[in-house]
Amino acid sequence: MKILVTDRDGNKQILEADTSSTLMEIIRDEGIDIEAACGGCCACATCHVYIDDKWLNRIDPIDDDEESMLDQAFDVKKNSRLSCQIHLNEELDGLELELAPE
Amino acid sequence: MIEKTDVVIIGAGPVGLFAIFELGLLNISCHVIDNLNKPGGQCAELYPEKPIYDIPSRVSISGQELTDELLAQAKPFKPVYHLSQQVEKIEKLDSNEWLIMTSLNKSIQAKCIVIAAGAGSFVPRKLPIKNIDHLEEKNILYAVRNKSILEGKKILIVGGGDSALDWTNELSKISNVTLMHRRKEFKASPDSVSRMLDLEKNKKLNFLLGQIQGIEDLKNDKIKVIIQNNDEMEDFEVDYLLPFFGLKMELGPIANWGLNLDENLIKVDTEKFETSIPSIFAIGDINIYPGKLKLILSGFHEAALMAQECFKYCFPDKKNIFRYTTSSKELQKKLSST
Ligand SMILES: Cc1cc2nc3c(=O)[nH]c(=O)nc-3n(C[C@H](O)[C@H](O)[C@H](O)COP(=O)(O)OP(=O)(O)OC[C@H]3O[C@@H](n4cnc5c(N)ncnc54)[C@H](O)[C@@H]3O)c2cc1C
Ligand code: FES
Repeated sequence: MKILVTDRDGNKQILEADTSSTLMEIIRDEGIDIEAACGGCCACATCHVYIDDKWLNRIDPIDDDEESMLDQAFDVKKNSRLSCQIHLNEELDGLELELAPE
Repeated sequence: MIEKTDVVIIGAGPVGLFAIFELGLLNISCHVIDNLNKPGGQCAELYPEKPIYDIPSRVSISGQELTDELLAQAKPFKPVYHLSQQVEKIEKLDSNEWLIMTSLNKSIQAKCIVIAAGAGSFVPRKLPIKNIDHLEEKNILYAVRNKSILEGKKILIVGGGDSALDWTNELSKISNVTLMHRRKEFKASPDSVSRMLDLEKNKKLNFLLGQIQGIEDLKNDKIKVIIQNNDEMEDFEVDYLLPFFGLKMELGPIANWGLNLDENLIKVDTEKFETSIPSIFAIGDINIYPGKLKLILSGFHEAALMAQECFKYCFPDKKNIFRYTTSSKELQKKLSST
């Protein structure tokens, strides 16, 4: 499966993904600049991304923990998510997202 | 006044705390310094309630429980804690000992330094807005050091956690406070939330929904905060802006001490965990060596080996006899002395 990531400079990249990883792990392991300071424990909000609207309803809804952690992020929008909290599945093949500004 | 001890440990995270114990077993006394106002490092600050499953012999233990147990384990060795201050400078003395200086002007003299600084000091996360550096400590305060300057002023506090709410409740007694958050839900103690809502109801403070989009210097000791709520923009003029977006870790002054670094990590050997400068050690998340894993249990191992080498610096004329805690009478006496 593949995901389409727009980085902070506006460059689009297609990444090979697998269902054993979180979205953050796929982005980080590709060497794209995402801080993910807490390593995916929902404790830092530095893996903030915007999910393309057409995909928003297809990913697992946000839980309280993630919503509260987003309080420490800047420029939060309706399609804001913490990428470490998104587990990939086959239905998300083609997922489009954009990294939030630092 | 300069205080004296055998070893200064920089960082009271889990690894720094266990180092007190390992050094204590060898009769080495320590002072521990941390930027946070409490011990426990990442465990206490970032995930006090989350479970850790890979501490040997503990099926599960929370970040705060681990901190409490480590503090209790270290207690017999009477460590001296200096909290809420950053180690800013170190200096080699003629006696070959070190002078360690903190942001609160404390000076401590020690034979060895153990850097257990994790990913660096916890510092407030700053607004990602360009060209506002000059307003910091003037109109933008990430921490309140002197409440009295805020008296009677117009203040915008931003955030939804404990710091934001505590300061909102406190400052609304003496200033004209507006609290802004991106939603009307708060991740703070229920008590502070209900106090804040009461104050709002009684018109002792204003609440605004929104996020900061920009900041302009009005050059008259005031700033204009540009606020966005959904698609609406609004300008808000204030004397002070207090943003509370949690803490992040920054290597800080350690970068300037002439240590051999690899990115933001300190290179050490895996026998003694000593840095490129003799008698300065680095253990826990802050160090790097081939095969390093950033795990608490690795840090514990590193602390034990570091202590063996520290002994040589602290007691050059003494022989270090290896003893199990289980069989050493002397140790048991020490451990039960509290
Ligand atoms: C959400 C989360 C979950 C985790 N889960 C696990 C897990 O399950 N198992 C595991 O093994 N690990 C886990 N970790 C990693 C673990 O927390 C770290 O490995 C551990 O905290 C490192 O301990 P430390 O003592 O080296 O540093 P830290 O805990 O980072 O503490 C360093 C301290 O040094 C202070 N400091 C730094 N520089 C200075 C200075 N100049 N002056 C004064 N003070 C200074 C800092 O303020 C900080 O308090 C997790 C981490 C996170 C964020
Ligand atoms: S990596 Fe820290 S919250 Fe996602």
